[in-house]
Amino acid sequence: MSDGLRMTPLYEEHVALGARMVDFAGWQMPVQYAGIIDEHHAVRSGVGIFDVSHMGEFRFFGVHAKEALQRIVTNDLDKIDAVGDALYTVMCDEDGGIIDDLIVYHSGDIEYLIVANASNRETDWDWITSHLPGNVEAVDESDRTALIAVQGPKALGIIAELAGDQWEPPRRFALGSATLDGVNVLVARTGYTGEDGVELFCHESQAVAVWRLLLSFAEVVPCGLGARDTLRLEMGYPLYGSDMDRGVDPISAGLGWVVPKTKSDFIGAEAIARVREAGPSEKLVGLTVSEGVPRHGYSVLHEGQAVGKVASGTFAPTLGHGVATAYVPAALSVVGTRLEIEIRRKVVPAVVSRPPFVGETSLSATRS
Amino acid sequence: MYPEDLKYDREHEWVRVSGDIATIGISDFAQDQLGEVVYVDLPSAGGTISAGDSFGEIESVKSVSELFTPVSGEIVEVNDALDGAPETVNEDAYGAGWIIKVKLSDPTEVEGLMDAVAYEAYLAEEA
Repeated sequence: MSDGLRMTPLYEEHVALGARMVDFAGWQMPVQYAGIIDEHHAVRSGVGIFDVSHMGEFRFFGVHAKEALQRIVTNDLDKIDAVGDALYTVMCDEDGGIIDDLIVYHSGDIEYLIVANASNRETDWDWITSHLPGNVEAVDESDRTALIAVQGPKALGIIAELAGDQWEPPRRFALGSATLDGVNVLVARTGYTGEDGVELFCHESQAVAVWRLLLSFAEVVPCGLGARDTLRLEMGYPLYGSDMDRGVDPISAGLGWVVPKTKSDFIGAEAIARVREAGPSEKLVGLTVSEGVPRHGYSVLHEGQAVGKVASGTFAPTLGHGVATAYVPAALSVVGTRLEIEIRRKVVPAVVSRPPFVGETSLSATRS
Repeated sequence: MYPEDLKYDREHEWVRVSGDIATIGISDFAQDQLGEVVYVDLPSAGGTISAGDSFGEIESVKSVSELFTPVSGEIVEVNDALDGAPETVNEDAYGAGWIIKVKLSDPTEVEGLMDAVAYEAYLAEEA
């Protein structure tokens, strides 16, 4: 079963914990340990940890690094001029098609760290490096970097306990550091769950030590990709490959907020501006259903006529019903519009709603 | 894991026969493979089904499976309690997690199903 599949430095840990392993983007990853729903609730109410070491980490150095990356990503790196700040963005091709969504960390004076989706690691690296001028140094650190997400209302408390009295957590969406039982880690106050928490970067040789250290706390629950998906979808966070891909532009994908109107000199700018000007013909919307579980690819109907397909869909454990995203004609994208989803043999009512589907979390509490 | 008083089919349903009534559910193997069940699409009582028919669906967070009846007859009762507590299928697959009861129209069909020993051998073969 492991033929050709890659393993993170934590593979043996997952197997020892009884995880169910699946092929995800060419990687053997844990989809669940005890069960998706329990893991989901652990993150919403306590703290869970996720191995996301399959993601890509690229570093860029040089006095021209910012200027070069500004050409490549849609969002404006001026927003993260302070060292340590981070920015969510997409990068697009000349037609405005989304190549990937990324987090860019301003990791040093003349240094940026980009975290990319596992499924796009090679594509992203090739794209970025082929558009970099020769005076910017690029290093693919993916293979030697482990990434562990620690998420939930109790996540920061766990890190604080390990990091010692002097430790100050980074601000929301910023990067800091810590020493956890002698292991140096980068601590990013970011995540994909809608809860407060951090993502820890460390050298792959120390991943097992950090993982075990976190699990030495009885309340820390190991969580798989199953819970990661239900948690992110409850928040309406898009997933590359389901909610967006090369065939869709950021405006249609509801990501206009990562393409500032004030910025124009980047790859795809003209195409995206045209969509913004004319208005997208289709938009990604949230849908809620009261029965059944909508899943990727199911038909979305309006008055019995097919108008789109489910992009992401799942049962939302916090809510107890199904939620989905789908691309539908712009005229049908208004909140409250009544559509239907063909869930196998049944056509069930679906109502357009504006994500997040779950509004109250430890993260929303830090904003208010 | 696989009670000896039950019969099993290749789709991982179990059947418990009492008189001319067959109670149908899914096996421990099936519930474990599915993961936490979040929705069971039940048929209506009163309908007639034939062996091999799909009579409903069972969904977990990650996947969906059709439910097939290994026997023919009239659906005399459905487990409506699963509407509010679908996880019962995981917690008590052979008891409170039953799905439908069928009044057998052809009791000899049961003889063609696997007993616990044969079912375990079948699972070992599939693995």
